[in-house]
Amino acid sequence: MSLALATTSRPDATGAPFDVDAVRRDFPVLAREVNGRPLCYLDNAASSQHPRAVIDAISSYYETSHANVHRGVHRLSQEATDLFEGARETLRGFVNARSTREIVFVRGTTEAINLVAQSYARPRLGPGDEILISWLEHHANIVPWQMVCEQTGAKLRVIPITRRGEVDFDAFLGLIGERTRLLALSHVSNALGTVVPVERYIREARRRGIPVLLDGAQAVPHLPVDVQALDCDFYCWSGHKMCGPTGIGVLYGRESLLEAMPPWQGGGDMILAVGFDRTVYNALPWKFEAGTPHIAGAIGLAAAVRYLQALGLERIAAAEHELLEYATRRVEEIPGLTIVGTAPEKAAVVSFTLERVHPHDLGTILDHDGVAIRTGHHCAMPVMEFFGVPATARASFAFYNTRAEVDRLVESLHVAREMLG
Amino acid sequence: MDLKDLYRDVIVDHNRNPRNFRPMPDADRHADGFNPLCGDRLTLYVKLDGDRISDVSFQGDGCAISVASASLLTESVRGRTVPEAEALFSTMHRVLTREGEDADPAVLGKLAALSGVREFPARVKCASLCWHTLEAALHSEAAPVSTE
Repeated sequence: MSLALATTSRPDATGAPFDVDAVRRDFPVLAREVNGRPLCYLDNAASSQHPRAVIDAISSYYETSHANVHRGVHRLSQEATDLFEGARETLRGFVNARSTREIVFVRGTTEAINLVAQSYARPRLGPGDEILISWLEHHANIVPWQMVCEQTGAKLRVIPITRRGEVDFDAFLGLIGERTRLLALSHVSNALGTVVPVERYIREARRRGIPVLLDGAQAVPHLPVDVQALDCDFYCWSGHKMCGPTGIGVLYGRESLLEAMPPWQGGGDMILAVGFDRTVYNALPWKFEAGTPHIAGAIGLAAAVRYLQALGLERIAAAEHELLEYATRRVEEIPGLTIVGTAPEKAAVVSFTLERVHPHDLGTILDHDGVAIRTGHHCAMPVMEFFGVPATARASFAFYNTRAEVDRLVESLHVAREMLG
Repeated sequence: MDLKDLYRDVIVDHNRNPRNFRPMPDADRHADGFNPLCGDRLTLYVKLDGDRISDVSFQGDGCAISVASASLLTESVRGRTVPEAEALFSTMHRVLTREGEDADPAVLGKLAALSGVREFPARVKCASLCWHTLEAALHSEAAPVSTE
């Protein structure tokens, strides 16, 4: 099971830990200062930073090989096409999909889910049908389903969560049923960091012939993901949370399902032949890629994959787990601080509230010390509502963060407490 | 830029002990303000005696800047006429932005404590939410106000 690594690995179990100082030198932005202090970037769940290798891959493409893809016979167009399709192969390998036909480039997780909602779900749903999601979901895995429910008369059902921030498996067993047409689950919660043991859910769904979509936006940066081992039908993720560029992401889809789905958007690149009476659509995956794609984005994302693979996904997971344990222990020492989301398996996310200090004030006070965290509802308003808080502060760690940075977070939290608490 | 410019003693005090923080069942006017991104939420109540604001109170939940700003607002507009309150609203708007550097401290009174907010552009919306909500209450607007 691929996810076990996230919680059981230690650096000594998977080879020597990497040299974090050397890794930090790979990320140019980490050398900058904010308000006279070295940047302490703890907002990785919102968007991660870029190693030089990604920035160089993008610049090199623009400097030497840019042209439109899948069109010209001229040299640059061929080079751009090779780089773009080569990136697709890299992404295929990253999640172990069977074929590049199953790897569709999209703008990000949000677009991937909307594509599945409109192209897979909408034609198949009718009144009385149900889509099942959980209370943990990011808005991107709620709103597209609400829209398709409005369009078709289907109903959205929501699996409750526990006080620790885990999806309630027993409640799930009571909700999945004859009318369930799709299960759409977060692999890792963005607001709380909960790693959802999706294998159990997928097993139950597949036994009933119900397809499963996983929102992997928070999972791919932290855990090795194998879509064949998971046996899910759709897996969606974004480039910019795994050291890649914004505006690029991937929809993995089981080939038989993608094959049966109509195109979502029409235009160039997604067709083989166009006439006013009839248009023949292109083969997979291009059928779902209308218009000139984000070529540089795909190339940058592939460079990010190579960078992460060279570091070792297991070592990354282990390093982040160490940071999570250390940060959890340190922030728990602060009087009046409550961690929101205490599932036994978590990605490196610590969401919390501090008595008498609003998260928004925390954000400003920490920023003054050069510490960047996210404050607010994290695009997961139902999660905030469940815990009865308007917002939380969230520190989210990447493999390039250090224990010293956790200490700076804690130090700034004490400042905030003294100032406003 | 010093944090103490933002979190001045007056602000910290009004956040810890907000004034006129209560519901007003017999209010003549009320309006809701809500900034969903940061989670600031308040309801502002106004009692009118003709053209004069005879009582004003608020309830809600938010950051120190939004709570202190609402608390200071209630102290500043009580007893004023509606046109006077609206003039103060436009003065505050200038105080919270660069244009307000020449605002007269005598007119502002304690509200001057909020002038540090202009150095923190991301927080201007927190300080201005209650003022826009007051404006909505005075004009009996039903839809919740937002400054995001």
